[in-house]
Amino acid sequence: MAPPEQVKHVAAPAIGLHNLTLGYERHPAVHHVTAHLPPGSLMAVLGPNGAGKTTLIKALAGLLQPLQGHISGLAGQRVAYLPQRNEIDHSFPITVDDMVAMGLWHEVGAFGGYSPAQLQRCTNALSRVGLNGFGKRTLATLSGGQLQRALFARLMLQDAPVVLLDEPFAGVDTRTTRDLLTLMAHWQQEGRTVLAVLHDLEQARQHFPHAMLLARELVAFGDTAHVLTQTHLSKARRLNEAFDDDAPDCHANLPSTASAHTAHTAHTAHTAHTAHTAHPHRTPAAQARPHPETHLTSPRPGAQAHGR
Amino acid sequence: MTDWFDLMGALVWEPFATFGFMRRALAGCLALSISAAPMGVFLMLRRMSLTGDAMAHGILPGAALGYLFAGLSLGAMTLGGIVAGLVVAVASGLVARHTILREDASLAAFYLLSLSVGVLLVSLKGSNVDLMHVLFGTVLALNDDAVLLLGSTATLTLLGLAVLYRPLVLECLDPGFLRAVSRWSPVAHHGFLVLLVINLVAAFHALGTLMAVGLMVLPATAARFWARDITRLLLVASFIGLSGAIAGLLLSYHADLPTGPVIVLCLGVAMLISMATGPFGLIRSHWPNRSHRQA
Repeated sequence: MAPPEQVKHVAAPAIGLHNLTLGYERHPAVHHVTAHLPPGSLMAVLGPNGAGKTTLIKALAGLLQPLQGHISGLAGQRVAYLPQRNEIDHSFPITVDDMVAMGLWHEVGAFGGYSPAQLQRCTNALSRVGLNGFGKRTLATLSGGQLQRALFARLMLQDAPVVLLDEPFAGVDTRTTRDLLTLMAHWQQEGRTVLAVLHDLEQARQHFPHAMLLARELVAFGDTAHVLTQTHLSKARRLNEAFDDDAPDCHANLPSTASAHTAHTAHTAHTAHTAHTAHPHRTPAAQARPHPETHLTSPRPGAQAHGR
Repeated sequence: MTDWFDLMGALVWEPFATFGFMRRALAGCLALSISAAPMGVFLMLRRMSLTGDAMAHGILPGAALGYLFAGLSLGAMTLGGIVAGLVVAVASGLVARHTILREDASLAAFYLLSLSVGVLLVSLKGSNVDLMHVLFGTVLALNDDAVLLLGSTATLTLLGLAVLYRPLVLECLDPGFLRAVSRWSPVAHHGFLVLLVINLVAAFHALGTLMAVGLMVLPATAARFWARDITRLLLVASFIGLSGAIAGLLLSYHADLPTGPVIVLCLGVAMLISMATGPFGLIRSHWPNRSHRQA
């Protein structure tokens, strides 16, 4: 990897999830989540399969309308989104240069040509991800890790204040993972908000200051060390239960209480805004609503299939 | 040497120099291969080659209705064909989006429906000769209007593809990315379907409904064995399409064979030869160069 260029500053928005419910065919995959993501955070999104991680990322990318609630802070913001790799046609006859240059879409649009300066930025981006000299090769000749590096180069060219990555390290070797993690840390230094869906808890602990633990509901949110506790993890596993087609309609309009746990345990309330701190007006009665397990809902493990 | 020139002159030059219908057929084929071959490349890359075939059958009732009302009128049959093609495309798209049927199944249902109505309509009024005309086209009977139609279609297609090129490439390569960065995804998809329908209707006048897809799919599949990036793929496909069409025209002229099938057959042979001998074909992949580079 080439040494980082001069750190520039990007103004990222503060993103708010307000009582957000997302899902497919009325089955919630993400259920009543309220959270506030401070600008410029590097956050791991964790949870069991079918917990709604991909669904949440898709909604943040603007590809999915909420069933209830809303997302604030992203209006008019450009968002760079890297879906899971299997959505890309690896055999498509196109050179790496051409694929990476698509990251400049916001500058050139559907018709504009590339200026020499823009082409130079493409070359620079490729060398930053360690793909010097790969520009003229076609996608089909790249290995899995190299393709992922090329996609990161495209993300760099998108130059967006918010970057969303869906399982960016699935099937990628340790060295590439390390290089790409360095790149993500650099994006955060530039002031961007970076969210990545991960499965490796150790990776999250080492490289991500913040984390969000999902199991349809928000289990915990805030400092990674305080989110990834044994209590929270086993709770996440428990919540991720079987779905019920005959479940009655959910009438709960209150934000998930789960995140309130974090407010008590997390010591960094200034970076880890939670449902509790964000909604001081909530009454004690609201907090005393039934435990999620007894609260009748229609969770959907099918989100695992949908949410890929 | 002079003998060879004379021979080639007689075989290749004479037919076009002597007969106006051969010149019009040549112009028509030129226009068709310039527009249909790139369309075929995108069909192939979008894994829609068979969709093209189904749509070609779907335009039949429209053309037949035009024929029923106005006889063998170019305008009426073209208009009818375009309307029927768009109806099949839109209807199968809607059904795929709003019911549990997938796109392939709903398209198959609609084109079969459309095809049976078409055949019925043709046989209501016309003779078997007319049916043959609709099914197999009449390259050698293209009049000036038909050549003009083919030329306009080719122009429109090239303009349309130029406008849609980048969104269309991205729609094939990484549709999720396109949807995330712009609103071009539905424009690219539907614009492409419209171009597909007008190309099929134009090709239908020359090659008939059954063969109209031949000029799209065969050059594109042949080109896949010669080129590895999309720009070259488009150029090679057009070149193969044009060569195959000229070879087919001449062969059918000299051997007195029906022109449409011979053109498609020539394209098919070009595809088989490419598959065997192209740089990415069977021979090179099964008996590769044993030496390899260090890195």
